[in-house]
Amino acid sequence: MGGWASYTPQDFLLFSPRVYWRLFELHNAAVWPLHIVALLCGVAVLAAMLRPRAWQDRAVGAALAAAWAFVGWSFLAQRYAPVNWAVGYIIPCFALQAVLLLLWGAFRGALVLHWPRGVPGVAGAALYLYALAAHPLVAPLAGRPLVAGEVIGVAPDPTAIATLGLVTLGARGGVAWLLIAVPALWCLFSAATLFTMGAAEGWLPLAAVVLAVAAKLWPGRRVAE
Amino acid sequence: MATRRTILRGMLAATAAAALPVPAGLAQGRPVTRHIPSTGEAMPAIGLGSWITFNVGNDPELLNQCTDVMAAFLAGGGGMIDSSPMYGSSQNTIGHGLEQLGRPRQAFAADKVWTSDASGGREQISRSRREWGVPRFDLMQVHNLVEWQAHLRTLRDMKAAGEIRYIGITTSEGRRLDLFEEVMRDQPLDFVQVTYNILDREVEERILPLAEDRGMAVIANRPFRQKELIHRLRRYPLPPWAGEIGATSWAQFVLKFIVTHPAVTVTIPATTRVDHVRENLAAAADLLPDAATRRRMADYVRDL
Repeated sequence: MGGWASYTPQDFLLFSPRVYWRLFELHNAAVWPLHIVALLCGVAVLAAMLRPRAWQDRAVGAALAAAWAFVGWSFLAQRYAPVNWAVGYIIPCFALQAVLLLLWGAFRGALVLHWPRGVPGVAGAALYLYALAAHPLVAPLAGRPLVAGEVIGVAPDPTAIATLGLVTLGARGGVAWLLIAVPALWCLFSAATLFTMGAAEGWLPLAAVVLAVAAKLWPGRRVAE
Repeated sequence: MATRRTILRGMLAATAAAALPVPAGLAQGRPVTRHIPSTGEAMPAIGLGSWITFNVGNDPELLNQCTDVMAAFLAGGGGMIDSSPMYGSSQNTIGHGLEQLGRPRQAFAADKVWTSDASGGREQISRSRREWGVPRFDLMQVHNLVEWQAHLRTLRDMKAAGEIRYIGITTSEGRRLDLFEEVMRDQPLDFVQVTYNILDREVEERILPLAEDRGMAVIANRPFRQKELIHRLRRYPLPPWAGEIGATSWAQFVLKFIVTHPAVTVTIPATTRVDHVRENLAAAADLLPDAATRRRMADYVRDL
């Protein structure tokens, strides 16, 4: 599409902030009370960190895979893509992430949850806790209704941040980078969208990516098997 | 064909829009009309854009809000509604509104072809037509000159076959104006669409005079620079002489400047508010500035 250099990020923001934030209100209303199930699952993951069991790790991998598939289908395809055609190209990435989590998390047991130790473990657990408990409160803190809150397993940002946290905490080596790639790219996309909208919330997904990558690169890190 | 039910819904929507409160001081007149040079057809000087404002997805509340805007626009004498496949769900929103309003005849359907697939223009236009729910577009434009040679060929063929009435090209924010001018010189076009407002006046030098010479109608887009111009201007008071040209707001001041350029046929402000669409229509209803006053307007804004 000739003349790309003459475009600014604002030229690709096709919707108003009001439309964007209302997507979450409408989506939450449509899938309620799935939030309760998602939050209970999220708390169960915390329990799995406290009392690690191999089958629990695999169950968490399967639950995360289901969350990515659901968010990609229900929020991205049904809500977001109609107002942002670029999202249509991202939906397959969510499907890919679901498959990766299913293969490596559920079947191969590459996601090993444990009580957080050291800087990487604490950073991963902090990211997960933030996604689970604090991110839904960003909407009311920013002056939007609570019913527009973004909940893990229901909305993309907390799902991506939670995945960054769990992978940082419990996966190693190349598999970790494989499982981090899509959540990190989504967080960067989300941050760019929010910044272009003039929303300070853009710092949250950006900070999550920086923290996760820094934690994975932290020298001398050890992950319990 | 409109059924009795759709006509009734349209009448109800128009009545509802008319019943919405009109702020004191807003003129009630209909906008002046200009003529499309290639046919002489009359065109209300105020149109309705859909960039961002009509991209509301499947939000029922916002879809109804956009329908109210369209109802007020058409009831107030507006004509051209402009969109593009690039604008997210805007085409669908317009289609929803037209359906609710009973497919009003005065709506002038203007859209764009925007694909880098040289052979995909016709298919995209068909999709757009289905989104709008119209039998044919009044105007089809090549958006931002994307694959313009191939798409213009398609548009010329469609026009010859009676599938569209007018053809044109668009650009915005001064992009690729040299090529734009070249296409204007070489190709038979009914319309050109460019960014023109009281601060973005680059097209006054070559594009607008060329459009007059070549008998092309001009659509002025981004009249408010997507609100930024109004946000900037409203920090200052209107000049004391704004009343002499009937401008009660900066939006009207800016629109009056645009629609009184002799080459401009129509400008297409976008809005989500019924009061704003009425304010826009009223800007072109009466007391329009002459050439000397236009210079005074431009000087005043430049010196703020």
